[in-house]
Amino acid sequence: MHLVQLLSAIALAAFCTTAVADEFGDPVAGEEVFRKCKSCHQLGEGAKHRIGPHLNGLFGRRAASHEDFRYSKALVRAGTGGLEWHADTLDAFLESPRRLASGTRMSFAGLKKAEDRLNLIAYLRSFSDSPANIPEADPTASPTDHDLDPAILALKGDPEYGEYLSSECTTCHQADGRNDGIPSIVLWPKEDFVLAMHAYKNKTRAHPVMQMMAGRLNAEEIAALAAYFSALEQ
Amino acid sequence: MTLNRRQFIGTTAAVAATLSAPIVKAQGKPRVVVVGGGAGGATAARYLAKDSKGAIDVTLIEPTRKYYTCFFSNLYLGGFKEIEDIGHTYGGLAAGGVNVVHDWAVGVDRDAKTVSLAGGGTVPYDKLILSPGIDFVEGAVEGWGLSAQNAMPHAYKAGSQSELLKAQLMAMPAGGTFAMVAPPNPFRCPPGPYERVSMVAHFLKQNNPTAKIIVADPKPKFSKMALFQEGWANHYEGMVDWIGEEFGGGNVSVDPDAMTVTIDGEETKVDVCNVIPAMKAGRIAELAGVTDGNWAPVNAADMSTKADADIYVLGDASSQGDMPKSGFSANSQAKVCANAVRGALTGSKVFPAKFSNTCWSLIAPNDGVKVGATYEATPEKIAKVDGFISQTGESADLRKATYEESEGWYTGITTDMLG
Ligand SMILES: Cc1cc2nc3c(=O)[nH]c(=O)nc-3n(C[C@H](O)[C@H](O)[C@H](O)COP(=O)(O)OP(=O)(O)OC[C@H]3O[C@@H](n4cnc5c(N)ncnc54)[C@H](O)[C@@H]3O)c2cc1C
Repeated sequence: MHLVQLLSAIALAAFCTTAVADEFGDPVAGEEVFRKCKSCHQLGEGAKHRIGPHLNGLFGRRAASHEDFRYSKALVRAGTGGLEWHADTLDAFLESPRRLASGTRMSFAGLKKAEDRLNLIAYLRSFSDSPANIPEADPTASPTDHDLDPAILALKGDPEYGEYLSSECTTCHQADGRNDGIPSIVLWPKEDFVLAMHAYKNKTRAHPVMQMMAGRLNAEEIAALAAYFSALEQ
Repeated sequence: MTLNRRQFIGTTAAVAATLSAPIVKAQGKPRVVVVGGGAGGATAARYLAKDSKGAIDVTLIEPTRKYYTCFFSNLYLGGFKEIEDIGHTYGGLAAGGVNVVHDWAVGVDRDAKTVSLAGGGTVPYDKLILSPGIDFVEGAVEGWGLSAQNAMPHAYKAGSQSELLKAQLMAMPAGGTFAMVAPPNPFRCPPGPYERVSMVAHFLKQNNPTAKIIVADPKPKFSKMALFQEGWANHYEGMVDWIGEEFGGGNVSVDPDAMTVTIDGEETKVDVCNVIPAMKAGRIAELAGVTDGNWAPVNAADMSTKADADIYVLGDASSQGDMPKSGFSANSQAKVCANAVRGALTGSKVFPAKFSNTCWSLIAPNDGVKVGATYEATPEKIAKVDGFISQTGESADLRKATYEESEGWYTGITTDMLG
């Protein structure tokens, strides 16, 4: 069964303009990469939820939308906030799951190599129902560039400025770490925080309020907030 | 120019030596007096005390012992909250080092730099922050005055007025009429009257489904209009009759004795009448001489008034530019102001002003919407940078998540204000 789907996905990819053809991954190589996922996720005929949900029919689906699987609050929130699985969002998620959904239960560090992600996505793509019905952009779209400049991650912020900026966060996020309606932001690893804020800033992470808030913070200001928050937690 | 700490102590010592003994004097520390313990004032007092770590003497003057938030007071009308859920004491501020004085400020002497209290004393200040909220423009609605607020409540300052309006709503006869007279711009909480219509409609749908709501509105349009109108059609079909400017909604008079409302010449007998008159800055701002017309113009960078560099006005009472008059805005402005005032008094670093606002409204159970924007200080005003608004036709899940967010925000902001 999935051989047919696989072939049609490849055919579709070949049919599309050659300019993007080399940005569409190799599903055969992707199957190799998928071995890392196998301990938690099933794929293909008869696949069931295990530690993670099964991954059939992933493309075009809203995040956290299997009714019979218990997702983390974070992923549910991302789903209701508009996160759908497409090549670009999967690429961002697979690179660093917690950047897209900070409290995801998926304890996977991420695939750092862009090529691995591309291949894996091509492989996953072949298990989505009737690939032809999914907007053509999905399998062929080139992943957006999520790679955060290491220089940005290395920036040392001014904690005093961060304290001032943080007063804007506590209007909504409860300082005592409560998590009702609005997620907690205490004890958030510094690197995840910086990645998440940049993901909101470039709108790969969905949420209108956060996109707006992060959108006007520059890299120094995000670093300042990170410096303040991590100093707090020591 | 900012004063550094050494210079400041020098000046205070000199001033203290020449003035007759002030009533409140804390060992030559700089003194900030905050009038009004609401969204703006409480936040400013708390941040000043917290961030100056005792280097500034902060006094808050607020007559009520319990602050009932206007935000979520509509949810109380709708039956989603109890009145006690929206009442907060000042214990957290006192424990955080703020000197809380329960009294009315009745005058400001800008030359002597003192505030006089209804109870008789005066309190000296180096910097004065006014966040008194709103008062109503007299004669704004023909036939209505403060003496009529029991027959026709405004419920636009929360507490006993909210309880009164709720009691009247509950006592409405079957198939009765609830009228609202909506205010002209600018006013506190632009979506507030329409969230209230939604919550009243929700209550009536449960308890009095043949009742009707009429809204007389002087405006041609209102905040989140498409979202509210979609919600009213979906949840409360045929219940709400909104009469805007085009149909004479601005030509209104009321008779509190007869319980009638006359809209564009047509008199209607009603069972409940919620009159929300035109608004102006809380009166103490006018008494301090910092208003121009109905509101107090301020400088966007630090919320200092155009009239007096040592007096700041926050929240609803200020005229600042593009921000709506909301609790979120007042809280945001308070943090910018506290940072600037602390810098001026102690020489601490002053960071550039950043403002933001988000207003959630509840239309029906689990049907929440929101609108928000970010702002920056320009030489002329607080200017909008970027914004967003919920869309019509959103999924039920997203609307539910939006409502849940508003619950989180409520806990967040009340803690941020009051500790
Ligand atoms: C129905 C309704 C719903 C709302 N919903 C929202 C919402 O969902 N989100 C939101 O952000 N905003 C909302 N608001 C708006 C919000 O309540 C106000 O914008 C906010 O409270 C303004 O803060 P403030 O500090 O200017 O005034 P206030 O919060 O009103 O505080 C003023 C304080 O000053 C005191 N005071 C006045 N005069 C004196 C004096 N002479 N001496 C001493 N003390 C004095 C008063 O007792 C009062 O406690 C709503 C308002 C209403 C009416």
